[in-house]
Parts: sequence; structure tokens; C-alpha cells
Amino acid sequence: MSKPQPTMRTALGKVRGLGSAKHGAGHFIAQRVTAIALVVLVPLFLITLINAVRSGYDGALAYVADPFNAVLILLAIGAALYHMRLGMQVVVEDYIAKHGTKAVLLILNTFICVVLFAAAAYAVLKVAIA
Amino acid sequence: MSSWTDKRPMSPHVQVWKWHLTMASSILHRVTGVGNYVGIVLVIAWLFATAVGPDLYEPLAGLIGSIWGQLILFGFTLSVCYHLLNGLRHLVMDAGAGLNPKFAGFTAGLAIVLAAALAVAIWYLAGLVPGVDPINMTGAAS
Repeated sequence: MSKPQPTMRTALGKVRGLGSAKHGAGHFIAQRVTAIALVVLVPLFLITLINAVRSGYDGALAYVADPFNAVLILLAIGAALYHMRLGMQVVVEDYIAKHGTKAVLLILNTFICVVLFAAAAYAVLKVAIA
Repeated sequence: MSSWTDKRPMSPHVQVWKWHLTMASSILHRVTGVGNYVGIVLVIAWLFATAVGPDLYEPLAGLIGSIWGQLILFGFTLSVCYHLLNGLRHLVMDAGAGLNPKFAGFTAGLAIVLAAALAVAIWYLAGLVPGVDPINMTGAAS
């Protein structure tokens, strides 16, 4: 490298556009917003779920068919899957240093969460709307 | 010899540190988070089986009702309780409160104890305590 030339460009001008692609805090905030939602949703879901499973298959069917429960289940599972996708992303980023493996695991993480949500949504909609 | 060739100084390995409550709490939070990741598969399998019908529901209920299923379910309950309570603690700390090391250690221990108590309470109140009245998802008289 040759000697650096004096320049009129400011320090800001050099880094502008090379930054965080503008979602630096997005992950952090989404993790906490879903956490706040889950503080309410998980206890509600657990209490009603435990009640329902004790009366066997018919109880489970009646539980999911109820409109309020159907919405609660989708909200709780939706928020939980979003939250756990973000969490697992951090775990993978922390422990997996190899680029290829990391990319594969991050993509797999997203796929698993989307597949689980599709299965849950199908189940709830089928029972609640049928 | 290890194949490590990087000459730069390394931070001490995790085994070097003395265990303390906030460290255990942080590690437990991550472990239970991963546990819940696995546990939700069980919840969604149950939902899916409910939609598919008794042919899938009954075998799954039998599996969950078995001693191993019950152990996993109780572990999942513990995991959810701890992650939820310690998550609340994290939200408070994110807001800038409770960061004093002594107090943080106290709330870390509190979250662990309360989580265990909560999990036992849930199983007790729901009549799920093993050996007393095992969960009966088949609907048959126990």
C-alpha cells in the first residue's frame, strides 16, 4: 500500500453504507417483544391445555374447536416459535464457528420453525373450522 | 498437542471459572431454552394428532402417559417454568434494574427455587404427580 493521501472525505463518509444494514437492534427487540407476549400467553395456554387433556381425545377436540382457544393456541405457538427461532439462532452463532455448518444450521432452524408452525396452524384450523 | 496455531491470547476456558449463581442461571436459561425448543415439538405433535384423529391420538397419549413420557413431560414443565421466570428476570435487568451483583445472585437463586416449586405445584394442582394420579390422556378410568 502506498502512503495514504490526504482526503477531504469525513470519517462518516467512509463508513456510511457499510454498517449494520439497519437492523442492528431488530433481533434484540423482537426477542424481547415475543418474550413479553409469552409471559401472558404461556400460562393461559398451559392452564387451559392441562384441563383439556385430562378428558382424553374428545376433550382435546372440544378444546381446540373453541374459537377463543383456537386463537390462543395459534398466538402462543406462533410467538413461541418466533422466539425460539431467534434464540436458537444466537446459540448456533455462538458455538458454531465453521461458516458452512453455521449457514446450514441457521437455515435448518428457520425451516424447522416454519414447518412446526404450518403443522400447528393446519391442526388448529382443521379442528376449529370443520 | 492441540492444532491451535493462533498466537493471540485466549480468554480462559469455561472450566477455569468458579461456579456462581448468575453464571449457573445464565447457562440454565440457555439450556432450558433449547429444552423448550424440543418440548414444543411434543405440544405440536399432540395438536396434530388431535386434528388427524384417534388413530394417531391414542398411541401418542399412551406414549406420553408412559413413565418415560411422564418424565419428559415433567422435565419440560420444569424447563418452561424456569425459562419463563428467569425470562422475567432478564426483562427487568434489560430495563436496567437488579444488576447489582449481590442482588442479581439472589434473584438468580430465587428463579431456580421458584421454578422447581412452580413445576411441582402445577403437577400437584393438576393431579399429575407420578404415583398419585398419573396423567390420563386416554380418557379411560384410572
